[in-house]
Amino acid sequence: MLAKRIIPCLDVKDGRTVKGINFVNLRDAGDPVELGKAYSEQGADELVFLDIAATHEGRKTFTDMVSRVAAAISIPFTVGGGIHELADVARLLEAGADKVSLNSAVLRNPQLVNEIASHFGSQVCVAAIDARCDADGWHCYVNGGRIRVERTLFDWAREVADRGAGEILFTSMDHDGVKQGFPNEALARLSDELSIPVIASGGAGAKEHFADAFRLGHADAALAASVFHFGEIKIPELKQYLHNEGICVRL
Amino acid sequence: MKVAVVRYNAGNIRSVINALHRIGEVPVVTDDPAELAAADRVIFPGQGEAANTMAYLRKSGLDEVIRNLKQPVLGICIGQQLLCAHSEEGDTPCLGVFESPVVRFPAVCGEERVKIPQIGWNTIENLSTPLFEGLKEGDFVYFVHSFYVPDCAAAIARTTYGGVTYASALRRGNFYTTQFHPEKSGDVGLRILHNFIHLCHD
Repeated sequence: MLAKRIIPCLDVKDGRTVKGINFVNLRDAGDPVELGKAYSEQGADELVFLDIAATHEGRKTFTDMVSRVAAAISIPFTVGGGIHELADVARLLEAGADKVSLNSAVLRNPQLVNEIASHFGSQVCVAAIDARCDADGWHCYVNGGRIRVERTLFDWAREVADRGAGEILFTSMDHDGVKQGFPNEALARLSDELSIPVIASGGAGAKEHFADAFRLGHADAALAASVFHFGEIKIPELKQYLHNEGICVRL
Repeated sequence: MKVAVVRYNAGNIRSVINALHRIGEVPVVTDDPAELAAADRVIFPGQGEAANTMAYLRKSGLDEVIRNLKQPVLGICIGQQLLCAHSEEGDTPCLGVFESPVVRFPAVCGEERVKIPQIGWNTIENLSTPLFEGLKEGDFVYFVHSFYVPDCAAAIARTTYGGVTYASALRRGNFYTTQFHPEKSGDVGLRILHNFIHLCHD
């Protein structure tokens, strides 16, 4: 049976992980490779590395980091941030990334999804969508959630799936960082309407929230950052809990 | 031990090389027929689309080279599919080392929509051959694929997805294949690669 995936997300700036990271037994918690290895050993199913600076100078550093991660870690990983064109995708895949995650760039240039899918395969292309439930329904936002765009969440998700995206990474701006759980209704609608996997992102504050994302939200995977980084939720305990709840996870 | 990785127009070859490094092997990546024939082990990996990759193999003559390899060969993902007789993807005649066809997952299973591609960790069962020595029934490995090989006599592992129990690994003579990616399957995957490198072969 296909397992539900647990995915820690690491923010990276100039080749170093940012945000406070409170991990015991780690020589250098600022090193994305060390941290990625630690998560891999704890049973993370995949990793996501986001280049949050995504400056021109920072790109080479980030690409070097991707190579080092690829050399050290035997589980799949996705990279995002600062990907604007096919050449960026080629560079990161060549460095050893398994997938790339794109957000604002594909809302500006939706054809890029088709190009990535036809050049490298759908499985490489993770379409990240930031959305908020406004008075007139769920809408997409770009530029780190600062600018609302015309497209609604569900229309855009269907469009990127039709264009060849392999997965949807859905973040609700209302839920992200609040630790009150994932937006399960919207997740379930996405998951039921689309024929590609949906990754729930943002909102996890307790183990129960993950179970809800899978059971109520029908998510295929769940991504979180701070609850893992600060050790509030430990991945082995989370997976054991989900297993006890009857949810299929890789133990 | 000389390990060769087939160089062709498929993606994701680097992760196989990285995984081999982690188990202490330094492979050569080559499309040279003599070098491939002389290797102790050949790995035919990759992600890609059947029609394009097959066209490339034909044009470069690698199709004949791969079919005639005598040492243990490991086909991974699209490598497995290309070693079969025919793929539904692009209605493509393939290398024919295995008689099996390659078909697409059904769009629905009962009332449920089947998500395609299958992406993620799934279990392997009914394990046979030394390729899986040291593994447990139900160990998880990482899959990314839309097409699969139906269950058949050559199956050495089986996996269930979308209501279908299919062959997730095959063997015929010196040819071994996995639909999943051992290079991305953590310690379980590294063990499979290690087992492949250390297969007894006379």
